[in-house]
Amino acid sequence: MDFHLTPEEEAFRAEVRAFLAENLPVRDPAEWQRKVREKRWVGFSWPREVGGGGGTVMQQAILKEEVARAKAPPLGTCFMGLQWVGPALIAHGTREQQQRFLPDILDGKVQWCTGYSEPHCGSDLAALQCKAVRDGDHYRVTGQKIWTSIAMWSQWIILLVRTSTNPEDKHDGITCLLADMESEGITVRPIKNMSGGAMFAEVFFDDVRVPVENRLGKEGEGWKVTITALAHERSGISEVEGLLRHLEALKELARSLSRGGAPASKDPFVRRRLAGFETRIQAMRFNGLRFLTRQLKGEPLSSETSINKLHRAALEVEMSDFAVELQGPAGPLLAGAAGVAQEGRWQRMALSWPEVVIGGGTPNIQKNIIAERILGLPKD
Amino acid sequence: MNFGFTDEQELLRSEVRKFLDERCPLEEVRRITEAKGPGYSPELWKEIAELGWTGLVIPEEHGGAGLGWVDWVVLLEETGRSLFPSPLLSNTLAAAAIRAGGNPAQQARWLPGLARGTEIGSLVLREAADASAAPVPGIEGRRQQQGWRLSGEQHGVPDLAAATLLVVPFRSGPAPEDLRLAVLDAQARGLRTRESPGMDLTKRMGSLQLDDVPLAEEEVLGALPSPPAALARLLDLAAAAVTAEMVGAAEAALACTVRYARERVQFGSPIGRYQGVKHPLAEMYVDLESFKSLLYYAAWCLDESPEEAPRFVSMAKAYASDAFARIGIDAVQLHGAVGYTWEYDPHLYLKRSKWARAMYGDAHHHYARVAALGGL
Repeated sequence: MDFHLTPEEEAFRAEVRAFLAENLPVRDPAEWQRKVREKRWVGFSWPREVGGGGGTVMQQAILKEEVARAKAPPLGTCFMGLQWVGPALIAHGTREQQQRFLPDILDGKVQWCTGYSEPHCGSDLAALQCKAVRDGDHYRVTGQKIWTSIAMWSQWIILLVRTSTNPEDKHDGITCLLADMESEGITVRPIKNMSGGAMFAEVFFDDVRVPVENRLGKEGEGWKVTITALAHERSGISEVEGLLRHLEALKELARSLSRGGAPASKDPFVRRRLAGFETRIQAMRFNGLRFLTRQLKGEPLSSETSINKLHRAALEVEMSDFAVELQGPAGPLLAGAAGVAQEGRWQRMALSWPEVVIGGGTPNIQKNIIAERILGLPKD
Repeated sequence: MNFGFTDEQELLRSEVRKFLDERCPLEEVRRITEAKGPGYSPELWKEIAELGWTGLVIPEEHGGAGLGWVDWVVLLEETGRSLFPSPLLSNTLAAAAIRAGGNPAQQARWLPGLARGTEIGSLVLREAADASAAPVPGIEGRRQQQGWRLSGEQHGVPDLAAATLLVVPFRSGPAPEDLRLAVLDAQARGLRTRESPGMDLTKRMGSLQLDDVPLAEEEVLGALPSPPAALARLLDLAAAAVTAEMVGAAEAALACTVRYARERVQFGSPIGRYQGVKHPLAEMYVDLESFKSLLYYAAWCLDESPEEAPRFVSMAKAYASDAFARIGIDAVQLHGAVGYTWEYDPHLYLKRSKWARAMYGDAHHHYARVAALGGL
C-alpha cells in the first residue's frame, strides 16, 4: 500500500489547483467553459484523437477530486452527452458519427437525453417495446419512452428500440439509434415530480423517421452498446466529495440547533448518527481507492461499483431525512419559512433524492447485480 | 497510489490460508475448542511459531520477522477466516506493549520468548467508559521501598489461561497520567486467574485477580514517555486486530451462507434465487467490503500515518462491530432450522461476532470517538 502520488501526478495536481485558484469563483460561466475546454478537461478521459484529454486513470481521479473539492462548476455542460453518449460513440460509433457528434458534446453546443426506460419496463429494461421498422434508408420508430431527464431541453436523444420481436434472448433484437428531437412525430410531455419541479419527461414517437446512418453499432446489438455506456463507470470519488460537503453542512446544522437546552451536536444520539454517516462516506472513499487501484492495474471495473451506489443512495436518503427531523416543527416546511435552516437545502434534498437513488438502477437492482454477478447466485 | 497488497503480502496470505485449511479446518477447530484443555493446540502453536507468525511484527534483533501492521492484518484476516483458536492476537499485543514501553534490557528479556512462542503473552487492557479518555486499569499499584505491590481485578482478559506472561497496566497515583505497565509472570505469588465461560469457544476469556502481588522495579516498563498515549495506541492496535479477524470471519460466514443458498432447494428452486435471500446476502457483501476498506486504510495509518490512525481504526471497528453482528445473525437465519443446530457452522460466526463486538470498544464507543475526532 502506498498512498503517495508520483512526481508527475503531483505536478498534475498542482496544475489543477493553480488553475482552480486562479479561476474561482467563476464570474463568467461561458468563459469558464471555454477555459476548461482549452485545457482538454472536458471529456478528459476520452482519447485525444476524438478531442478528449487522454487523461490517465489517476489523472482523472485527481481532476475529479480537486474540482469537486473546490466546488467548481462542472467541466462541460452537456452532462448526458459526456456521461453516456460520448463513451458509447467512442466504443461503437463510426468515424463519421464521432466527427459529427463528439465536438458539439465537448463544446456544450448540443444537449442530449437518453431514451431507455418505458412505461412497462424500467428495471427490466431489456423487455422494452418501442419499435423500429426498417424502411429503405430509414427506421420508422413508434412507441414511448419515459423518465427521460431533460428531454424538453435536448436537441438529440440516444434511444433503445426493438428491431426484432421474436429473438431467443430478449437482449437480442434491441438496436441503438440517435434521433434528432426536432424530427416529425416526436412529442415531449414533462412530468411533474414530487418536489413540484419537472426534470424528466415522457417522449412519444409516432412513426418517426431516423436515418440508418444514425444507428449506433449493428442492428440487434443495442444492448451491448448501452452496456458500454453504463459500464463507463467511475470509482465514485467525486460523489464522495459531494457527500463530505453535505456532512459538513449537517454538522453545522447540529451545532446551530438546540436540543434539550444544549446544542444538538452534544446529544449522544445525534453524534452517533453523524459519526455513522461520516464512517460510511469514508468507507465509500476507500472502496473507491481500491477500485481505482484495480483500474490502475488494468483490471476493468464492473459490478463492484454497485457497492458505492448503494451507499450513496442510502446516505442521500438518510442524511436528508435526519436533517429534516432535526429541524423539528420547521422540518416539513420549505425554504423561506421561519426556522428552516440553511436555505432549505435539506428539504430540497429530502424531496429530490430519487434522481440519484432510482436513476441508473434502483437499490434493489443493485443488490441483484451484486448477488448474481459477484456472489454467483442464480438469476431471478 | 496503490491501495493493494504487495506480492510478499499476498504470498503470506496464501501460505497462512493453506496451512490453516490443511491443519486446522473447522472440524479441528471444534475438536480443539470443545475438548477440556487450554482451548488451543500447543502442537499447532509450536508450528506457527516456527513459521514465524508469533514473531511477525517483533523486530528481527529480538528474533522476530520485523514486519508491519499491514502484514499483521493479512495474517489475522486468515486466522479469523479459519476461526483459528490460539493466543496469537494476545501474544502480539503483549509484545507490542513491551516494545512500546520496554527499555533495551526489558525488550531483550521478554521479546525473544514471545517471538519464538516459548512464552505466551496476554495484554490486560480494556477501553475506558468514556471514548475520549485513556483506558483506566482496574489494577492499583502501591509503591514499596523497593518496587511495587499490585492489587485489583480485571475481567474479560483474553487467553489468560494460556498466557505465561501478562502485561498489566496499573494506576500508580491519583492523576490520569499516573499509569504504568507491569510485566508479570503468570505464576507470580498472589496472582489468581479464573476461566470465564463464554459463547465463543474459540476465544478463551478469564478474570485476573491480584492480591498484593510483589513487583520488582525492573518489571515495570521503563521507557514509556506518555502512558495514556501508549495505552491508547495499544487499544487501537487491539481494535484493528480484532477487526482484521472480523473481516476474515465475516467472509467465511458469507461464503458458507452463499453456498447453502445455492444448494438448498425449496419451492422447486435454490433459495438463492429469491430476493428475500439474495438481498441480505448482497447487503452482507456491501458491508463486508466497506469495513474491509476502512480497516486496510487504518492498518496503513498504523504503520505510516500514526496521527490519522485513531480516527480510522475507530471507523473500521465501529462499522465492523455492527455489520458483523448483523452478518452473524443473518447467516444463522438464512440457514433456517439447521442454522440453529450445533452441527452446522453459522453459529460459530454468530458467536465470534458477539465476542469481537465487545472487545476493545463496541460500535457505540468507537462512533463516539469518531464524533469527537470529527469536530463535534
